[in-house]
Amino acid sequence: MSEKFKVLYYVNQFFGQVGGEDKAGMAPLFCPEKVGPAAGFEGLLKGAGEVVGTVICGDNYFNENKERSLEFILNVIKEQAPQVVVAGPAFNAGRYGMACAELAKAVVDELKIPVVTGMYVENPGVDICKEKAIVIRTSDSAGGMRKALPTMAAIALKLGKGIELGSPEEEGYIPRGMRKTLFVEKRGSQRAVEMLIARLKGEPFQTEMPMPVFDQVNPAPAIKELGKATIALCTSGGIVPKGNPDGIQSASAQKWGKYDVSTREALSAPDFYTTHGGYDPVYANEIPDRVAPLDILKEFEKEGLIGKVYQWFYTTTGTGTAVSKAKEFGTQIGAELKAAEVDGVILTST
Amino acid sequence: MEGLSENKLVWRNKWGVDILKLEIGRIYIKDIQLGNETTVKNGILTVDKEGLITKLKEDERIKDVKIDVARPGEKVRIIPVKDVIEPRVKVSGGVNGFPGVTAKQAQCGDGVTHVLYGAAVVTVGDIVGFQEGVIDMWGEGARWTPFSKTFNLTVDINVVEGLTPHVHEETVRVAGLRAAEFVGTAGKDIKPDEVLAYEMGSIFEESAKYPNLPKVIYAEMMITQGLLHDTYIYGVNAQNILPALLHVNEELDGAVVSGNCVAACDKITTYQHQNNSVINDLYAQHGKEINFLGCIMVPEHTTLGGKLRASEYTLKLAKMLGADAVVISEEGYGNPDSDLLMICKKCEKAGIKTVLITDECAGRDGMSQPLADTAQEAVAVVSGGNVSHVVTLPPADKVIGNPEAIAVLAGGWKGALLEDGTLMCELNAVIGSTSEIGFHNVTCRLY
Repeated sequence: MSEKFKVLYYVNQFFGQVGGEDKAGMAPLFCPEKVGPAAGFEGLLKGAGEVVGTVICGDNYFNENKERSLEFILNVIKEQAPQVVVAGPAFNAGRYGMACAELAKAVVDELKIPVVTGMYVENPGVDICKEKAIVIRTSDSAGGMRKALPTMAAIALKLGKGIELGSPEEEGYIPRGMRKTLFVEKRGSQRAVEMLIARLKGEPFQTEMPMPVFDQVNPAPAIKELGKATIALCTSGGIVPKGNPDGIQSASAQKWGKYDVSTREALSAPDFYTTHGGYDPVYANEIPDRVAPLDILKEFEKEGLIGKVYQWFYTTTGTGTAVSKAKEFGTQIGAELKAAEVDGVILTST
Repeated sequence: MEGLSENKLVWRNKWGVDILKLEIGRIYIKDIQLGNETTVKNGILTVDKEGLITKLKEDERIKDVKIDVARPGEKVRIIPVKDVIEPRVKVSGGVNGFPGVTAKQAQCGDGVTHVLYGAAVVTVGDIVGFQEGVIDMWGEGARWTPFSKTFNLTVDINVVEGLTPHVHEETVRVAGLRAAEFVGTAGKDIKPDEVLAYEMGSIFEESAKYPNLPKVIYAEMMITQGLLHDTYIYGVNAQNILPALLHVNEELDGAVVSGNCVAACDKITTYQHQNNSVINDLYAQHGKEINFLGCIMVPEHTTLGGKLRASEYTLKLAKMLGADAVVISEEGYGNPDSDLLMICKKCEKAGIKTVLITDECAGRDGMSQPLADTAQEAVAVVSGGNVSHVVTLPPADKVIGNPEAIAVLAGGWKGALLEDGTLMCELNAVIGSTSEIGFHNVTCRLY
């Protein structure tokens, strides 16, 4: 028999049996006993895991003193070193849900310990933590406790033993938003034809890809004095110095690069070429400025049309690059440009 | 198909003959051997290796050809792969080969064609460097590509120095097709193990026959975005066409050829055109649940004007045909996602129901949004999986081609090839893994 894995439990003042709304201002405390839902939880772990204690915190206190609360609780978790943290379930209680969610996010991000919690699907905490923690779907009131705990325990058991979780439907959790690649019995064309026939007959069918929701970005205000402005050049067309010194991928980029172009008049071949795997590279390799027009920008600089071309040229590969990566790159590059007081950016894509 | 043929007799008297009638005779191939003649005996395909090399080197642009065989289950890796082609021979009707490309112009989709079923010609060799793929014949890698199940005759082509990439691509493309043609002749006088009949009357004829069945068309998008990203129909570069209506038999009989150097996971190889799974699966429902009217070949352009034109023109053709529904398949990802959704939106607004087939760029962790565009009208979508899903492929006993290629392939990276020969890559690099014509059985689920 291998050693039991350790579970640390988090509850609010109410489920921690301290009191109701009048005790919502209590600061977090660690209790080496199993309190409230934690009491029955260990039994549901089928002898494979043990609950090593309960953290109890007032909902108001947590939400009003988030950083202080998290600091205390994370320290307790570091000391207790559990393999799994369980929080809630919070049902539709907003403040409790937010506390569970913020705690879950911090534990996963900072301590890399998996977290299980439970919430009603409309609890505002769901969106805060569902990508990080496993949030089981509960009813909107504590009447659902009897149903929620076994579901949470089954997941905690798998997380504690390092067993891969099944689908949200099988396990009872709210989808994390992860697109998991897997095999199915029928080939895609067969599934498409069956979906089509169901649609034509007015029978129910299920899309395999709900459409994404996009962010809207407001355009920045116009530059008032272009003749004094510093302009940066940035491309997703994969133009890199010869040899691709930073190993930027030809598709699905995991990084971006920046290169000093202050002494150059153009991004000329053969010093630069493209590493982009999504378009015909022949013409870009002949004249890389076709993709990222440093030559024209430098001319504009000489003519005084713009104040200055920024020293660094930023580049990555756009093809097949996930939006989440692109967001990350954009935020990082944007921060650098802002810090350098760049006024405008020419962004080119392919 | 049998019931369909009986009905046909009745209507033939009234309406005249079929437009196109295709018989595909499958000769089951159980192994490939290299030898001194090109024959099929008891399901064993023997290929005259020197004869094939001589034939291919008739093209002065080819310096060297290496021929090899990779069989299902063998610990063999093929990399970098450009195209896969099914060896076939025309027995009657039309001409042998690929009309407009390796043969003179002729009507595809009519007559008798023999197929060396279970065999494939695989062209190998760097062209662009980024845009070829990998096939593993065994284990983990084999699950991800449909071409681990075929007996593969690999044709590794080295071209003479000084060719431009575009001429290089054409040389290898045509060499692959010629090799398939050369090998296919072995099936000419062999009795097939299985015969498939593809008969379809005119649109009026079929609609009169099945007045109550919904009329369905297939809109097949093709990457046609410039040299090295092209598809050819009867040898015509589809980059310059308006969306074109094809009889449902034509693509199944060699009318469409891949000239694509794009991410391996969802490029439609020539083999997949010859065996287009959407056409086959729609055909199987023809006369039962649907009336399958035809295929619209839709070019994917790089410009907004091109996208607007192609999507509007596709809608117009669908309307002219009186379509009730359309299956739309994509090739590639990124900007063609917009074309896919433009066609979808326009069709749905016109009351034509759509089902889309695409794949996803959801990032290595699967947490990113999957498409580059979005449309609320796209309510019925089939996913071929996440192109960035990372797979770990154990070392091969034998590598055909160049294992180092993974460092630059789309889906690979520097360091993707470990010292012991283990390969880590995204599905991007695995041929046919996330097929957007639904040729494979991979998908994504929300977790």
